[in-house]
Amino acid sequence: MSKKQKRLLIRIVIAAVLLIVLHFIPVTGYAQLALYLVPYFIIGYDVLRKAGLGIIHGEIFDENFLMSIATIGAILLGVFGQNSYAESIEVMLFYQIGELFQSYAVGKSRRNITALMDIRPDYANIERNGQIEQVDPDDVPIGSEIVIRPGERIPLDGIIIEGASSLNTSALTGESLPRQVSVGDDIISGCVNIDGLLRVKVTKPFEESTVSKILDLVENSSLKKARAENFITKFAHYYTPIVCIGAALLAVIPPLFVGGWMDWISRALTFLVISCPCALVISIPLSFFGGIGGASRAGILVKGGNYLEALASTRTVVFDKTGTLTKGIFAVAQTVPVEGISASDLLETAALAESYSNHPISRSLREAVGHPLDASRTQEVEEIAGNGITAKVDAKTVAVGNARLMERLGIHYVPNQEIGTVIYVAIEGQFAGSILISDQVKPTSALAIQGLQAQGVHTVMLTGDSAAVANTVGKQLNIDQVHSQLLPADKVTQVEKLLDEKPEHSTLAFVGDGINDAPVLSRADIGIAMGAMGSDAAIEAADIVLMDDDPNKISLAMRISRKCLRIVKENIVFALGVKLVCLVLGALGQAGMQAAIFADVGVMVLAVLNAIRTLRVR
Amino acid sequence: MQKKFKIEVDCANCAAKMEEAAKKIDGVRNVTISFMTQKMFVDAPDERFDSITKEIVKACKKVEPDCEVYL
Repeated sequence: MSKKQKRLLIRIVIAAVLLIVLHFIPVTGYAQLALYLVPYFIIGYDVLRKAGLGIIHGEIFDENFLMSIATIGAILLGVFGQNSYAESIEVMLFYQIGELFQSYAVGKSRRNITALMDIRPDYANIERNGQIEQVDPDDVPIGSEIVIRPGERIPLDGIIIEGASSLNTSALTGESLPRQVSVGDDIISGCVNIDGLLRVKVTKPFEESTVSKILDLVENSSLKKARAENFITKFAHYYTPIVCIGAALLAVIPPLFVGGWMDWISRALTFLVISCPCALVISIPLSFFGGIGGASRAGILVKGGNYLEALASTRTVVFDKTGTLTKGIFAVAQTVPVEGISASDLLETAALAESYSNHPISRSLREAVGHPLDASRTQEVEEIAGNGITAKVDAKTVAVGNARLMERLGIHYVPNQEIGTVIYVAIEGQFAGSILISDQVKPTSALAIQGLQAQGVHTVMLTGDSAAVANTVGKQLNIDQVHSQLLPADKVTQVEKLLDEKPEHSTLAFVGDGINDAPVLSRADIGIAMGAMGSDAAIEAADIVLMDDDPNKISLAMRISRKCLRIVKENIVFALGVKLVCLVLGALGQAGMQAAIFADVGVMVLAVLNAIRTLRVR
Repeated sequence: MQKKFKIEVDCANCAAKMEEAAKKIDGVRNVTISFMTQKMFVDAPDERFDSITKEIVKACKKVEPDCEVYL
């Protein structure tokens, strides 16, 4: 509790005790009034002060002013013997209890949520004259060498120059599996070094490092407000004056016909209590903040409450293929050796023959072998441009290349009909088998599509690739609609067409890797980018960034957004409903001021507790 | 110029009213107040930025005397 809150708590306790004591003191008349005014001023002096300032500033629909009028009115009614003085003090007491709870609960959840997002490193270890010194990450220039010990957070983006370790990236990506890194690897700030000592050369100043960019983004997210939040502040803007006018009418008009001025004035004062809108207003930003916080813990950065809101009504999700649904990296997908040769021998022979080449295909062959190769086994390498390579591997003549190479060398081969790049291998003039190299679908892509379809989302894939590749991937993942052979500009046209076709009141999200689809990302209702652990272009262009490039996070993000919006709606309906019921009961004389303020505080407590549920994501 | 300020405000409705009042100030391009992060974002022309922020603070204090803006 802060100092302010503690002071308020003490005042509440003192006023409550005094109120109970006064109940047993048998005094009447003005002496009683004087005694009751003591707890009244103890509990309400700040409200009265602010009400006074409000009047000076012309702020008459300020809730302090309303509370003051209501309670002073109740005291005056007490003077005329209509009410007990205690009522007025009770109302002020409940009001302050509500304020205290609100400030405590909001402060606590604010701290909880920001703690979730707190990836800010406190210091960097810099080596000076053989001594390790702790300095502010802000003061470390590019090119300096920093030391990161096990258990420490990486303070700045950099490249490893010494050491190997595993990194916990969960604060950034939500991914719990550690990432292995060693010399030459780029590492990003915000991750935690788990087990090895690392010496790192800094490549970016602190304000441009990943951690600063993400913190900035999360902090700014609460500045982009959702429609629901704007609605409720607008509503509050009109609600208070209308209820106040209602109170004035209630105090004057009915008694003209039926009499009983005191009774109607007392009902009108109840109206004034109900007209305070704070309970209504508080839960909405809190819910969105919680939703954004929960999402960022899962590695989903949402740039504003408005995007979270839009995501909840998404019915169409358009995917870019390469780098989004597929890895965008070529890898060996299939090896088809002829009889008598094992798949691993075939791969190794091909990889050895290609061992001097740095072509992506050669690299994927070497990666598929999985162990280091002795390049000295390969000799007499001859490259035949556009066809492939011939070489001597272990003193045997080997030819590795495409179908044209086989034809050129007059080798009888078995064509491989699969989609992708096919490498044929011949040993000593005899066909030995084929190797299929293709872009690989991400392991979670099928799950991602399935998850979205289960939520009633129409899925579309756009790609610049050939129809054959696109349709294979589309079928494999069971995507509803596939468009292939698109130039970047065609993608925009296609998305515009889909925007026209989407169901009414729904939104369309585009998911891309952010590399060359920035125009599409901004054209769609919601642009979702694969963050590739901090790619600037993606973070810049998108509304939502998936930090670990996992397409399956989209359906999680949608679940979070829908839950958040549901909670927002629940709170709006609930708070408004209770207010309305109180207004009706108050007008009928069935609910007094205590009931009204009690309902108000109760609604706020429940709304705040409900809002905190947004933080929990599954 | 765009700048973020740390603020202190206790009630969400006051924050909304402060935002509304600040937006009405002449020369202000945009003001957003986040109750949750207790931040105020101001966008105003460079040459008048300081005087405008001062006016914003004044307007905020008028709506909610207990608020604090850390310039």
